[in-house]
Amino acid sequence: MTFLEALRETVSWVLILSGGFFTIVGAFGIWRFRDFWARLHAASITDSAGMILMMAGMCVQAGFTLITVKLIIIGVFLFITGPTATHAVANAALVSGRRPTEAPGLTGTEPQR
Amino acid sequence: MHHHLILRVVTKLLVGTIILYALYVQFHGDYSPGGGFQAGVIMAVAFILYGVVFSLASVQQVFPPWLVHKLVALGVLIYAGTGVVSLFLGYNYLDYGAFTPHHPEHGQHYGILVVELGVGVTVTGVMVAIYYAFAGRTPVISDEEW
Repeated sequence: MTFLEALRETVSWVLILSGGFFTIVGAFGIWRFRDFWARLHAASITDSAGMILMMAGMCVQAGFTLITVKLIIIGVFLFITGPTATHAVANAALVSGRRPTEAPGLTGTEPQR
Repeated sequence: MHHHLILRVVTKLLVGTIILYALYVQFHGDYSPGGGFQAGVIMAVAFILYGVVFSLASVQQVFPPWLVHKLVALGVLIYAGTGVVSLFLGYNYLDYGAFTPHHPEHGQHYGILVVELGVGVTVTGVMVAIYYAFAGRTPVISDEEW
């Protein structure tokens, strides 16, 4: 194994494992956090971070091939849809009257007429 | 009309991509995972997403119900018709080798593509028809109430 191969393996596995760490932390957040908003925060942020890191690790693993192009396309797709799904869930909760406990008087979020 | 602005923008970005991906899964299905059923479902997802975010009326302008119902039958017709054509060419039902008798592998390749196209068309039609049937009911709450 040459130096470049060893470097590539190291970088890709560091990226993949840190992505997995973020995803597991997010799962713990969904499990342990107090209310809906904290859980949504844990789910969305760590999901995006873990996804980007794992995709980057797999890209490094695959090298300059068609697989990398497909991985980048998947990454862009998830990078757009993940936060959008979180926004849709949070927006639906806010519009239906649910409020964070720290900000009971939160305004500007009433249903738009 | 300014309600759900982010969802509208993202949906406009994604619908074309989803349809393109469905066609990729459809016609690349013999080289990589995929095929008619998966492609049909993905294609239907594009229309269902458009209908969920915009409205049932606007998706039905693009893809009217009468066309959906015709597509459901058309896909089965493509599938069964492929088999009947091979019967008329003197082979077994759905024996794709009938299309290029001098080189049966090519015929099998084309036959699979045509049959998968039929499957994809039917699955798209059925999925969208189910969505239309559910979404077309009289709403319990009006759109302004939430």
